[in-house]
Amino acid sequence: MEMTGAEITIRCLQEEGVEFLFGYPGGAVLHIYDALFQQDKVKHILVRHEQAAVHAADGYARSSDKVGVALVTSGPGLTNAVTGIATAYMDSIPMVVISGQVPTYAIGEDAFQEVDAVGITRPCVKHNFLVKDVKDIASTIKKAFYLAKSGRPGPVLVDIPKDVSAHKTEFVYPATVNIRSYHPQGRGDSQQIRQAAQLLLEAKRPMIYAGGGVVLSGAAAQLTDLVRLLGFPCTNTLMGLGGYPANDKQYVGMLGMHGTYEANMSMQHCDVLVAIGARFDDRVIGNVEHFAQVPRKIIHIDIDPSSIAKRVKVDVPIVGDLKLVLDELLSVLRSSRQKPDAGEMSAWWSQIEEWRGIGGGLHYRNSTEIIKPQFVIETLHKLTGGDAFVTSDVGQHQMWAAQYYKFNHPRRWINSGGLGTMGFGLPAAMGVQLKHPGETVACVTGEGSIQMNIQELSTCKQYHLPIKVLSLNNGYLGMVRQWQEFFHGNRFSESYMDALPDFVKVAEAYGHIGIRIDKPCDVEPAIIEALSRKNDLVFMDFRTDPTENVFPMVPGGKGLSEVVLSEDL
Amino acid sequence: MRHIISLLMENEAGALSRVAGLFSARGYNIESLTVAPTEDASLSRMTIVTSGSDAIIEQITKQLNKLVDVVSVMDLSEGEHIERELMLVKLRAEGDARDELKRMTDIFRGRILDVTDHTYTIELTGSRVKLDSFIDAIGRDLILETVRTGASGIGRGNRILSL
Ligand SMILES: Cc1cc2nc3c(=O)[nH]c(=O)nc-3n(C[C@H](O)[C@H](O)[C@H](O)COP(=O)(O)OP(=O)(O)OC[C@H]3O[C@@H](n4cnc5c(N)ncnc54)[C@H](O)[C@@H]3O)c2cc1C
Ligand SMILES: Cc1ncc(C[n+]2csc(CCOP(=O)(O)OP(=O)(O)O)c2C)c(N)n1
Ligand SMILES: [Mg+2]
Repeated sequence: MEMTGAEITIRCLQEEGVEFLFGYPGGAVLHIYDALFQQDKVKHILVRHEQAAVHAADGYARSSDKVGVALVTSGPGLTNAVTGIATAYMDSIPMVVISGQVPTYAIGEDAFQEVDAVGITRPCVKHNFLVKDVKDIASTIKKAFYLAKSGRPGPVLVDIPKDVSAHKTEFVYPATVNIRSYHPQGRGDSQQIRQAAQLLLEAKRPMIYAGGGVVLSGAAAQLTDLVRLLGFPCTNTLMGLGGYPANDKQYVGMLGMHGTYEANMSMQHCDVLVAIGARFDDRVIGNVEHFAQVPRKIIHIDIDPSSIAKRVKVDVPIVGDLKLVLDELLSVLRSSRQKPDAGEMSAWWSQIEEWRGIGGGLHYRNSTEIIKPQFVIETLHKLTGGDAFVTSDVGQHQMWAAQYYKFNHPRRWINSGGLGTMGFGLPAAMGVQLKHPGETVACVTGEGSIQMNIQELSTCKQYHLPIKVLSLNNGYLGMVRQWQEFFHGNRFSESYMDALPDFVKVAEAYGHIGIRIDKPCDVEPAIIEALSRKNDLVFMDFRTDPTENVFPMVPGGKGLSEVVLSEDL
Repeated sequence: MRHIISLLMENEAGALSRVAGLFSARGYNIESLTVAPTEDASLSRMTIVTSGSDAIIEQITKQLNKLVDVVSVMDLSEGEHIERELMLVKLRAEGDARDELKRMTDIFRGRILDVTDHTYTIELTGSRVKLDSFIDAIGRDLILETVRTGASGIGRGNRILSL
C-alpha cells in the first residue's frame, strides 16, 4: 500500500518501538503531525520550547537504554533544538531528532523558515541526513536509529522537506542496516586485554577510573566485579556516577575539579591507571603537564579510538565495547594464578586512608540559622533512600547534588556534564518521569537555571508529571559568583539574580504546589511533604546560604594535587 | 611534520563539508585538499595535506575515520608513496624572455598550453617542491597568475586504499 512520507515517518517510529515523541508543531511538519493524529501507538508530548523537547528525549534516553526521539519544525524550531542536540552530543546520548524542512524546490531560496539544518547541526551530531526522496525515508530512519545507539552513541538528525513528507510511496521497513563505511568495534583485542591484565596484577598503586561509558554500555555489573576481584580503589567521573556503588568501601568518590581529595590524590599518584569509558576531560585531570609529571602506566578502554590518546599518552589502548572487554578481562584475571600483591595493596590503601583523613571526605559546616545547600541534598538522599532519579541543572547545586546524593545504581543521575547546559534539569526530568511513572524524580536546580526552561511547568501540568523540584535558591549565579570570588577579586559582575519572581506563585500559576523554605528545621518536613504528594509536582524554593562555595576545588588549569580543600584551610 | 592523508568517502552531498568542517572546528591545519569521484562513482577520493605533531596527526586520522561517511583513511606519508600536483601558470612573455621561458619550461618538463603576444600559459606537474622551484627559477616578476590543484597522492606498490 502506498503511504505518504509523513505516514511512513510515523510508521518507522512505531517499528522502532518509540513510546514518546517529544515535539512542537509548525508549518514544515504539518503532514507529520497529521499522520501522528491518526494513530495512537506513539504518544506525542507537547513541550513549550523545542530545547525542552530535546532535553526531555535526552532524559528519557539517559534513564533507560532506549533512543530518545524529538520532532521539531524547520527554521526556529530547529535552531531552538540545537542546544539540546549539542548537550546530547557532548555526553554521547542516543537520540534521533526529526526536523521539518522547507519543500525541496524552495531550498536555497531563503524561503520562509528555512535554515540549513544539516549545516548548522553538523558539528554537534553523530551524523545527519537531508532526505530528498520519499523512497529514502524508511531506510534513513532505520540508519538513524542504528547510528544513534551503536558504537559511541550520539544524536542523529533527519531533516525532511515538507513536500517529501507529502509524496507517496510503498512502505517497506528494512530488516537490517548495513553502512559500509561504519563498523563500530565490539570485542577488544585479546592480546591487549592480556597485557592489561598483567599490568593490573603487577601494579603497586593501582587506580580504576570509570566514566560515563560504563553507564552507556550497561557495564556497571562488570565494573563492580572487576573492582571487587582486584581489591583496587575506584573513582567515577561526574558522568559515571552510579556506575560503581557509592556506598562501597572501595569507592573513593568522584574525582576532578570538585572531586574528593582521596580520589584526586590516588589518580595523581597511582602507578597503573585503568580508564574505563572515561575521556580524561580537562575538568577531571586538570593541567595535563602536571598530570604527566608522575610516571604511570595507563590502560584505556573505550569504544571510540579518538577518545584514546587524545589528551594523555596511553600504554595499553583497548578499543571495544566495555561490556565485552570487561567480560574478557575478568575471565583472564580469574584464570590467572597470580593475585595482586597483598603487601603493596595494604600499603596503598593506608596511603589512601591517610588522604581520606586529610581531606576529611566531603564536609560542610551545617547551621541552624541558614539553609546549607549540602544539607538539602543530604536530606533528599536520606528521605528517598538513595533510590530516586535525580536530574540537575548546571552550577553549584549540580556539584552538591553530585557530591552528596550517593548514587548506587547507574542511570539515576541525569545531568549535562560535557556542555554544562543550564535549563537541562526540568525538561530532562519530564523524560525521566514519563519513562518511570510511579518513581521519585527529583530535579535539583538553581534559581538561575530553572528560569531557562521554567515554561515546562506547563508541560508537567498537562501530562501530570509529579516531579519534585528542589531549587537551591542562593540569589546568585552561584558558580559564577564563586569564580569571581576566587579569581576576580570579589567583583561580582552580573552574577546577582535581581528581581527574582515569587517561585511559589509561579508554581501555583502553573497549577502546581509551591513551598518556600527559609529555615534549616523546615527542610526535612518540606521534602517529606513533597514526597508524600505522589500525584503532584511540588516546587520547593529553598533559600540557601548565598555565600556557600563548592569544595574541594581544583582551580582551572591547576594540577590534581593543587586542590583547595575548604574555606577554613 | 607535513603529512599527506588519503581517504575514500561516500560520494554524497555534504561529505566534503564534513571533512572541511572537522578541520576548522578542531583547529587542524589544511595545506591543501583535493577531491574527485573515483572509478566507482559512489566513492570520492580525497587527498589532504596537513601538518602537526604525531599526536595531532593521530587524532586527525582517528577523527576522519569516525566520520560516518568516511570509508577508509591512510596516512600516505607513513610509507612509500607518490605525490603529484598540477599547476597552471600564466607568465609575462615578451622579447628575449620568451626563449628563456620556453627553455625553462622544457627543463621542468612543462608544456605551454596557450601563447599570446605577451603571455605564455604553462602546465606543470610534479611534487610541491618541483613546482615551487619552477616559480623561483622564473622569478615572481614575470608571473601573472598561478593555479595549483594541491597534491594528489597514492601509495607505491601494494599500498592500496580500497573499500
Ligand atoms: C559545573 C561543572 C563542573 C564539573 N566538574 C566535574 C568534576 O569535578 N569531575 C568530573 O568528573 N566531571 C566534572 N564535570 C563534567 C565534565 O565536564 C565531563 O563532562 C565529564 O568529566 C566527562 O565524563 P567522562 O570522562 O566519564 O566521559 P563521558 O562524556 O561520559 O564519555 C564517555 C566515554 O565512554 C565512551 N563510551 C561510550 N559508550 C561506550 C561503550 N559502550 N563501550 C566503551 N566505551 C564507551 C565514549 O566513547 C567516551 O569516551 C563538570 C561539569 C560541569 C558542568
Ligand atoms: C546556558 C548557560 N549559560 C551560561 C552558563 C554559565 N554558568 C554556569 S553555572 C552558572 C550559574 C548557575 O546559576 P544557578 O542556576 O542559580 O545555580 P547555582 O550555581 O547558583 O547553584 C552559569 C551562568 C551555562 N552553564 N549555561
Ligand atoms: Mg543560584
